[in-house]
Amino acid sequence: MIQRLLAGLGRFSLLVTEVVRSLMTQRLSGRDLLDQLYFIGVKSQTVVLVTGAFTGMVLCAQTYFQFHKVKMDTATLAVVSVSMCGELGPVLTALMVSGRVGASMAAQLGTMKVTEQIDALRTLATHPIDYLVVPRVVATMIAVPLLTAESVTVGILAAYLVGVHLLQIDPGYSIVNMQRFTDHRDVIMGFIKSFIFGGIIATTGCYKGMHCGQGAEGVGHATTEAVVYASIAILMSNFFLTLLLTRLLALT
Amino acid sequence: MIEVRQLRKSFGDQPVLDGVDLTIEQGESLVIIGRSGGGKSVLLKNIVGLTQPDSGQVLVNGQDIAHLNERELLAVRRKFGMLFQSAALFDSLTVEENIAFVLARERNHTPEEIARRVTEALEMVEMPGVQKKKPAELSGGMRKRVGLARAIIYRPEVVFYDEPTTGLDPVVSDSIDKLIIRVCERLKVTTVVITHDMRSMQAVGRRVAMLHHGRIYTSGTPVELMAATDPVVSRFVRGISDEKEHTF
Repeated sequence: MIQRLLAGLGRFSLLVTEVVRSLMTQRLSGRDLLDQLYFIGVKSQTVVLVTGAFTGMVLCAQTYFQFHKVKMDTATLAVVSVSMCGELGPVLTALMVSGRVGASMAAQLGTMKVTEQIDALRTLATHPIDYLVVPRVVATMIAVPLLTAESVTVGILAAYLVGVHLLQIDPGYSIVNMQRFTDHRDVIMGFIKSFIFGGIIATTGCYKGMHCGQGAEGVGHATTEAVVYASIAILMSNFFLTLLLTRLLALT
Repeated sequence: MIEVRQLRKSFGDQPVLDGVDLTIEQGESLVIIGRSGGGKSVLLKNIVGLTQPDSGQVLVNGQDIAHLNERELLAVRRKFGMLFQSAALFDSLTVEENIAFVLARERNHTPEEIARRVTEALEMVEMPGVQKKKPAELSGGMRKRVGLARAIIYRPEVVFYDEPTTGLDPVVSDSIDKLIIRVCERLKVTTVVITHDMRSMQAVGRRVAMLHHGRIYTSGTPVELMAATDPVVSRFVRGISDEKEHTF
């Protein structure tokens, strides 16, 4: 069990090393990158926007219900804004992208492996990391921060609509409080986190696909594991990133 | 020239190749035969560098490629073309994109030149006019032809065929055999075919090597093997099972 885990970590480290080496030594195909950006970025918008909007709305409602008891209604949107920028936006966007994109990467690469398409690629003098993994990793690391920004914006807007029009919170004070409590550090923290989460999603999905077992069962396992491992890694790394980035950004 | 020396490969505690010695001369047409699960495809993958052996050497024009890393192998593989058992076409790409794959990634060919060479390759494998089709729209025999067009478009020195007639009806199998001979004669490439199809072996092979129990058991011309009196060879080429042995 431990030996298998260590072997897996070793293979994962080799994959990440090879990705970095490829990025430094090989030319990335613009067309491959655009294809992946379209699939990961454009095609994920619906799911990410819906998630962002409803998260903002429910967070606004729950915060209001508690704050209303202590007459702090106008702090509601400030809490939504800080939470969405630094924590909920990056994490929920990454989890949704992981479910959609990480699973798809593992299934696609896994199927290519079991149908010998990856071996065919190698016989055609093409390194699978250069052609399959690097464009996916780069595209995900670009797309996830952009999707997070969209999700956060829509979440705050949706929260504003619910707070001001449904719960009758004073809009003027709410905006002033939002500006007072949300600063550039929250936005930078969210951006850095989502960039790292993008890397986690793509490398986990590609690793699971490239090292999947035989047949349909192997591809199925790889797909499930890609989502589960990426989600766990996102949630665990989020905790440590919050502690680390809060300290680092406090110095700025 | 390719030389395989004392090649060994095991999966777990199951030895598949147990000291294979084999020489493939430039320009020759070699067929490697052997029982299903006997390690023919593993041998081929070791020669091409898709799998690393546990020990032994694979010398390609004198260079030992057995323990090169993946990036070092890319340059060596440029000399090889390979037709996979399942054809292994990239299913997200069209036939044209599949065949042009290597040329398109080299970035030093014009689109017109690539289109012309794709047309030539498709004519060579008798599949004109299918450029825009997806692999899913093709039959098994057609996929193998497209796979072969993809393998020869960059003019490799050696073309490897992994069970090219498996899963095809006798008529299509015969047409694939004729295609292999035509490609070999026209492009003057070294041809290595792995098969357990005796008809194919006789049609394509100028020399035949038989893999048995992880080693090259015997080699000779197809006629010599068909007339062999050795019980192992004789039973295999005539397709007679040994009741004392598990045949599955």
